[in-house]
Amino acid sequence: MTTRIDTRFEALKKEGRPALVTFLTGGDPDYDTSLAIIKGLPAAGSDVIEIGMPFSDPMADGPSIQAAGLRSLANGHTMEKTLSMVKSFREDDNETPIVLMGYYNPIYSYGAEKFLDDAKEVGVDGFIIVDLPAEMDDELCIPSIERGLNFIRLATPTTDEKRLPRVLTNTSGFLYYVSINGITGMAAPDPQDVARSVAHIKASTDIPICVGFGVRSAEQAEAIGRAADGVVVGTALVNAVADSLDDEGLATGSTVSAVTSLVAELAVGVRAAGR
Amino acid sequence: MSEHKPNSFRNGPDEQGMFGIFGGRFVAETLMPNILELNDAWEKAKKDPEFQKELQDLNTHYTGRPSPLYYAERLSNHLGGAKVYFKRDELNHTGSHKINNCLGQILLARRMGKTRIIAETGAGQHGVASATVAARFGYPCEVYMGAKDVHRQAPNVFRMKLLGAEVHPVTAGAGTLKDAMNEALRDWVTNVEDTYYLIGTAAGPHPYPELVRDFQSVIGNEVREQMMAAEGRLPDMLIAAVGGGSNAIGLFHPFLDDEGIEIIGVEAGGKGLDTEEHCASLTAGRPGVLHGNRTYLLQDDEGQILEGASISAGLDYPGIGPEHSWLQESGRVSYVPIGDVEALDAFQLLCKLEGIIPALEPSHALAEVIKRAPTMSKDQIIVMNLCGRGDKDVHTVSEALGMLGEAT
Repeated sequence: MTTRIDTRFEALKKEGRPALVTFLTGGDPDYDTSLAIIKGLPAAGSDVIEIGMPFSDPMADGPSIQAAGLRSLANGHTMEKTLSMVKSFREDDNETPIVLMGYYNPIYSYGAEKFLDDAKEVGVDGFIIVDLPAEMDDELCIPSIERGLNFIRLATPTTDEKRLPRVLTNTSGFLYYVSINGITGMAAPDPQDVARSVAHIKASTDIPICVGFGVRSAEQAEAIGRAADGVVVGTALVNAVADSLDDEGLATGSTVSAVTSLVAELAVGVRAAGR
Repeated sequence: MSEHKPNSFRNGPDEQGMFGIFGGRFVAETLMPNILELNDAWEKAKKDPEFQKELQDLNTHYTGRPSPLYYAERLSNHLGGAKVYFKRDELNHTGSHKINNCLGQILLARRMGKTRIIAETGAGQHGVASATVAARFGYPCEVYMGAKDVHRQAPNVFRMKLLGAEVHPVTAGAGTLKDAMNEALRDWVTNVEDTYYLIGTAAGPHPYPELVRDFQSVIGNEVREQMMAAEGRLPDMLIAAVGGGSNAIGLFHPFLDDEGIEIIGVEAGGKGLDTEEHCASLTAGRPGVLHGNRTYLLQDDEGQILEGASISAGLDYPGIGPEHSWLQESGRVSYVPIGDVEALDAFQLLCKLEGIIPALEPSHALAEVIKRAPTMSKDQIIVMNLCGRGDKDVHTVSEALGMLGEAT
């Protein structure tokens, strides 16, 4: 079946440019501000929205996204609120794909089947679950596919010839190529290395490949965008939230615009990468 | 409790690394190739007589194994019931059972061609053992340790530095073992090509729980022989402390199919299970996924992991090795909490009656021995794993006793 993610990437292919995929932690710094940011993303130029489900122990994230999760949790964010944000977003926008990203335990605690049913109901399109590799597909990946939801897998520089087929099996929507070994928020990769890796993966699959980790500026988005079907930006946006807060860590009048204006800059970058 | 008793309690994990629903490989994709490579190396090493011989040789001449099985006569008489034996793994080189696992894993790291060792540590005993084997085999070693633990286990931090390791204090969260493990995982995912992650407890992604258990099973295997030599029969009860559970699984595993033996794991009850300051994940937690495996965890209604607390840095962890979760659910092993105060009392009693200063971790096991032994007959036998010595804890104990003194 065709999902919102498939439709979006097909449209961008016709347009001849890569997607801008934006990540922000749900509920950061508070529910209302976070929802206002998410609602502002499509107009600012985001093509695919990733919403982070905060977790107390984000083992694959650097300090920025760790802090965002803690801000969100400290303000009482829950899984139910993440789903409610999506529901509210869908009232105005039924086209922009939404991907929930996070770690498995909050989902397992919520109940995996119930989580998938509720997520589908509110209009979520797919999932990226960092600590569910292909070996654990029975947990959430297969049940997602059964419900017509995309399960987006990560590939990394350690994903060698032997490993790649395993990673591609059951992956749908797009493949998220993590361009460096490491945690979120590290240095940007060399675009030439990225181009080589993407070309290598493309030889084995037709699904779109989005590249993330370390992209901060329009120039980087353009450079990476030339090599891939999409560019993922997370830490830079989360930092924009953090930098806009007042001394007590609360949202200010500039929090929403700090994020949307950076997204607008990045959007120029991916458009410049158009062919 | 499971209605269906397995034919053996010693067959786990399966090929996917599962003990029933527990265990598994819940890790980032970046780590998967490395974990599969480790699994291959481990499968080959298990069957390689050269590997086994080298490990045995190190156990004998470097660690000083077998460790004695000691009849604690004065303590037994004082308690007035069962005969109490201690498996004295606190006499090992480096002062705890942790060296058993570290020697095994450093040999695996060498086989895999890794050039750098990282480890997490709570009480510092695993950090010291890791730094020790890294020095012995010529590897650089970096140890992640919660900032709170760096403070309360200062002597071990100094020992690690003397041994050439770099110690990274971790300030995230409560600054204890959970946070140290998060940071170690972040290092590993960044440096996966050349780095071997030397996990200290019987937890983490498969095959760690299995290989740590197998390296620690030298404890139980020795007890079996030593008990037969001393008493001509097997013990009636085994007791060990569980944080992540490596010393306990090492003692328990060889005896799991000996039906007549009652087996008890002792968790850190902290300030009490009615407070939030404890680490009794099996008694008060529920199944969840953290640090690569599904197991019992202390967590809130949203699946966010709780901090937990214990006077013993080595037990201060909100999870538990997955095999223990399975052994609890299958009913084979009972897990009970012991609080900070009971552990401190036990600590002092052992100092005075037997001239042994135990670590705070086995002091929890000892407190359970003190409860159980008097209810048993004099011809019954308890074996407790005295898995670490208490030199590192003298500062914590003196602080706690001072505070307790003021409170009363």
